[in-house]
Amino acid sequence: MTRVVELKKGVLEKNDLLARSLRATYTEAGLPVSNWVSSPGTGKTALLEALLTEAVNGGICAAALVGDCATDNDAQRLARSGAPVRQIVTEGMCHLEADMISEHLVDWDLNSLDLLVIENVGNLVCPSGFDLGESTRVALLSVTEGEDKPLKYPQIFHSADVIVLTKVDIADAVEWRREEAYAALRQVNPVARIIETSARRGHGVSDLLATLMSSTPVGGNTLTPQEA
Amino acid sequence: MHELSVAHAIVSTVVEALPEDAPRVLEVRVRIGVLSGIVPEALTFAYDVAAHGTRLADAALHIERAPVVVYCPTCEAEMLLAGTNDFHCPACGTPSNDVRDGKDMEIVSLVLDDEPIGATS
Repeated sequence: MTRVVELKKGVLEKNDLLARSLRATYTEAGLPVSNWVSSPGTGKTALLEALLTEAVNGGICAAALVGDCATDNDAQRLARSGAPVRQIVTEGMCHLEADMISEHLVDWDLNSLDLLVIENVGNLVCPSGFDLGESTRVALLSVTEGEDKPLKYPQIFHSADVIVLTKVDIADAVEWRREEAYAALRQVNPVARIIETSARRGHGVSDLLATLMSSTPVGGNTLTPQEA
Repeated sequence: MHELSVAHAIVSTVVEALPEDAPRVLEVRVRIGVLSGIVPEALTFAYDVAAHGTRLADAALHIERAPVVVYCPTCEAEMLLAGTNDFHCPACGTPSNDVRDGKDMEIVSLVLDDEPIGATS
C-alpha cells in the first residue's frame, strides 16, 4: 500500500526567506541594491570599476560585493576606486545565494551606504533562480556576444529589471547588429530599461548610476515581488 | 550546475519535514518551472548524489515541468506560452512580463510506503 501526502514547499524556500529578510533590511536602511548577472567576459567588473569611481567622485557612498569561483582579484581591482568592496569566493559554486550575502554584510553599516552593487558569478543560467533580496536585477550583454544570446538564455534576461549593453565603443568594429540585439532583448523582456555603456569611454555610466540610485528598495522582477 | 544546490535543497527540505517514525519514502514529486533554468536530467543525477546516505536514498525523484503562464492585460486572461523566449500574448501579441506560473520550484508531494518495515518477513 502506498499513500501520497502533500508537502507544497518551495524548493528554494530557505533562500527566499533569507532574501526577503535581506530586502526588509535594505528597505529599512533606504539602500538600493542591484544584482549584476552576465556571462564571464561581458565586462561587469570594468563597468563596476567605472561606476564606483563615478560614485566616489560624486560623493556617493557606493559599495560592492563581488562573487567569483576563486581569487580576490576583482575586489582588489575595485577597491582602487576608494569604495568599500568585499570579495565572495564561492570555491567553485556557479552562483551567489542569499546566505553568502548576509555573511559578507556583517560589520557594514548599511545606513551609511547610498548604493550596494552585488556582482554575481559570471554565469547566464544558474544565478537566475536565486533571489538575493535585490531591488534591481541587472543583466549585462556585450556587443561581442551574439545578438541572439537573450533568446538562447531567456531566463536570466527575462528576470532583469535593467539590461545593460557593454563595450558599445567597439560596436562598429565587431559589426554589432543593434536592431537584432534589441529585437531579441524585447522578445524575452518587453519592459526592462535598456542602457548602452562603455566602461572605457565612460559612456552611459552616469545614466546607469542614476537608474540604480533611484530604484526603490522594494519590488523588482525577482521571484516573489508581491510578497517582498 | 546549480542543480546540485537545488537537489540538496530538495533533500534537506523533505528530510526535515519527515517525522522520525515516518514510513519509507518511495517517491518525491516536484514541479519545476521551465523558467528556473533547471535541466531535468541534471537534477535527477544531482538528486541521486544528494540523497545518497539519507532517508531518501531509495526514493525516486519525479519531475513535472511547469510551462510559462503570463497574464495578458489586453485579453484579461492568463495565457500559456509555448516556450521560454517570447513574452508576448500568443493570442493578441501584447507584451507581458507578468508571469503567473513557470518560474517557481515546488516540492508537491511524497509517495510513502504504508507497509510497516519488515511486515513481509
